[in-house]
Amino acid sequence: MSTQSPNPAAPVGAAQAGAAKSAFTVKDFVIKFGLLIILAVMIVVFWRLEPAFANARNMFSILQAVSVTALLALGVTVTLAIAGFDLSIGSTAAMSLMASSYVMVILNQGTVLAVIVCLLLGAFIGFLNGVLIVKGRIPDLLATLGMMFLLLGLQLIPTGGRSIAKGMTLSDGSAATGSFTDAFLALGRYRLFDLVPLPVIIMLVAAVILWVFMERSRYGRVLYAIGGNEKATRLAGAPVERYKIAAYMISGLFASIGGILLAARVGRGDVTSGSSLLLDSVAAALIGYAVLGAKKPNVFGTAIGALFVGTLLNGLTMLNAPYYAQDFVKGLVLVFALLFTFGFASSQRR
Amino acid sequence: MTEPGREVIRIRGLNKRFGSTHAVIDVDLDIRRGEVLALMGANGAGKSTLIKILCGVHPADSGTMEIDGEAVDFRSPIEACEAGIHTVHQIINDGVVQQLTVAENLALDEICRPEGPMLLSRTAIAARAREIQAILGLDLPLGRAMSELGQAERQLVAIARALSHDPKVLILDEPTSSLSEAEAARLFVLIEDLRARGVAIVYISHRMSDIRRLADRAVVMRDGRTRAEFAKPLDFDGIVHAMVGHRVSEGTRAAVSGGRTVVEIRDFALTSTSAPFDLDLREGEVVVLTGLIGAGKTEFAECLFGTATPHAGSVMIDGKPLSAASPQHAIAQGVFMAHEDRGNSSLVAEFSVLHNMTLPFLRHFSKLSLVVPDQERRAATGQVGDLAIKCPSIDVPIGSLSGGNQQKVVLGRWLIQPCRLLILDEPFQGVDIGARQDIGRRLRETAAGRATLVICADLEEATEIADRIVVMRDFSVVGGHSIDGLSLDALVAEISGAGTHATFA
Repeated sequence: MSTQSPNPAAPVGAAQAGAAKSAFTVKDFVIKFGLLIILAVMIVVFWRLEPAFANARNMFSILQAVSVTALLALGVTVTLAIAGFDLSIGSTAAMSLMASSYVMVILNQGTVLAVIVCLLLGAFIGFLNGVLIVKGRIPDLLATLGMMFLLLGLQLIPTGGRSIAKGMTLSDGSAATGSFTDAFLALGRYRLFDLVPLPVIIMLVAAVILWVFMERSRYGRVLYAIGGNEKATRLAGAPVERYKIAAYMISGLFASIGGILLAARVGRGDVTSGSSLLLDSVAAALIGYAVLGAKKPNVFGTAIGALFVGTLLNGLTMLNAPYYAQDFVKGLVLVFALLFTFGFASSQRR
Repeated sequence: MTEPGREVIRIRGLNKRFGSTHAVIDVDLDIRRGEVLALMGANGAGKSTLIKILCGVHPADSGTMEIDGEAVDFRSPIEACEAGIHTVHQIINDGVVQQLTVAENLALDEICRPEGPMLLSRTAIAARAREIQAILGLDLPLGRAMSELGQAERQLVAIARALSHDPKVLILDEPTSSLSEAEAARLFVLIEDLRARGVAIVYISHRMSDIRRLADRAVVMRDGRTRAEFAKPLDFDGIVHAMVGHRVSEGTRAAVSGGRTVVEIRDFALTSTSAPFDLDLREGEVVVLTGLIGAGKTEFAECLFGTATPHAGSVMIDGKPLSAASPQHAIAQGVFMAHEDRGNSSLVAEFSVLHNMTLPFLRHFSKLSLVVPDQERRAATGQVGDLAIKCPSIDVPIGSLSGGNQQKVVLGRWLIQPCRLLILDEPFQGVDIGARQDIGRRLRETAAGRATLVICADLEEATEIADRIVVMRDFSVVGGHSIDGLSLDALVAEISGAGTHATFA
């Protein structure tokens, strides 16, 4: 194909796009830092319009709201890195939420068991996804779509479709004897120094570990190699099938952690809690492509992407924007970020 | 309109460049009525580009093309079709729609015509399909889905569709590459029938048996030029010579006879019908495996690297049986292989030179699974120096390097760690002569301590690096020659299979 000149109606505003057209360095700068600059501008604008936006407590509230989405987005980043996709993360998180509630409220068990059950479930769901894709040869989107529906139904079967709450009536007519343990609820509600929410810390730790794994370990390198050229990676001696299954297991595991934090925050096994998780976290991971001009799924970008979406929604809420405007704005941001990555930046390739 | 033997197409002084590659250079070519013209040449000789100019995919940079004496200049494949040039491409499945029925495929051009009717009646399609298959006297299952048909029938559908336009020229690109013998035989009968009707046929194939059966005339291309033309009776040794060996000098270098045997291959049969063979590969020796395309060279190498399984036979490496079920196992047992077509099978386009180079051996550069950048960079930098890889830094994307330097990166990757057997499949594809010499030099420098097997169809390249040349034909090794006192004629005869009564297809 012939080289195309950069689209003058690029997403960053006419002034910057015009400058980018004339000077390569400016364009490179915009591609690299554009999204971070917009994030900074956004924060300043919200702060000017609504001074309460910028206080520390609200900032951490944003992070807390973002932490579940971010965890799911981090997981899906790994599957994106192998050029796959995991649509079942939202329902895996919902499954984890229902499972932890079930273990504590209905089975009357403790915190540790609830957490372990959730983590094992998440990893097992990922394993199934991986096997369906690698051994069953189902395309990733379809396999995980199927898994998504399967889980949406499965999580409701033990309770007959009802939400799980303390003292609920069981199928045999008796009342549930268990309840959410304080330790479990603390996972979602405790604030370190009465300021930093625990989910934020868990998310940040998970993000750092995943960043090291993807960017610094040899496993991460091979995962990206599989995404770039699966055949070449196999011929270079990597057990590609095992890596792919592992990627989906990581995705499932991260989604189940997200589900645990969500359950701990809402404090009941609400059947509708996880509904918007999938789209928000996929959006965060895709926005991450545009951060620092990475043009590929990357852990740091995903974290920024989640923060970006969270900040935007929090700011809009403070400005009393209606709920339906939020989805619209989210979509708009995603489309522009993708244009950033693929349309705007690709004109400099070749 | 025109008598048999008269030119339908006359091409003079055709040139085509892609960037720095001069793909077609000053080509003159006549294509005649009622004749099968075999267009031959190794990969990258310029055949495909020439065909693409002929059928309107690429415009030529310079030169003229006349059809029945009228100058033409195609802007699109549709214009070429309208002028009577129809092409059946190598990959059949690109030319048919799997989900549609045979009848719909036959009548596809009618269906897709923009000025055609908006609503299609099944009976009209079926009628048109019957008309089209009648041209060839075919009896295809019109109601079946295309995907249920065999390769040959799909090929026939594609050809029938091309013929429904009453072509002056029919171009067949490797039509037998995916056909069985019986299917090919059916196709040959059809082609002979078309020839009798006065259609000009351009037949591109690497299979000598096809050429023997069909060709009235053969034109050999090499390095973008038409190098030789052969009329009936065709001189097959001459054709092979022109394709692969025109500049080969005999006995230029003393052979290294090799140390102890590393790889012992015994009673090795690639397929149930191919002849079993034995082969030894020795330490320090560079063995080139040559033969025409489709002779089974790559298939043989894949058996050693664990991506294919032979029909029968044993492979011993250092006296122990080689059990390679996957590349991972092969590498663990000291068999390294750089595949042909580096872009698809070796390199990760998004990765830097550094990351591409170290991909198989990350474990060696890692502590607690974390890659130690210093060690990794040192290894890669060493290879860049040894192979004289031209790159601004090892952190630039692999795609920014020239083809020759990319190939050096692929070789460097497999030289990072010592191995017992190094296999390179067509390492000189799309590699300039300077890089080729660097690669050959480095290969010889490092050859001690391992067996080296290089697959290479081009004899000029083969003689440049080989101590011993082993010839494959029909999925079996048919001969071996030391580079000392190499007889090119004997080699060429072995490659083409002249002298032996070559089996049909």
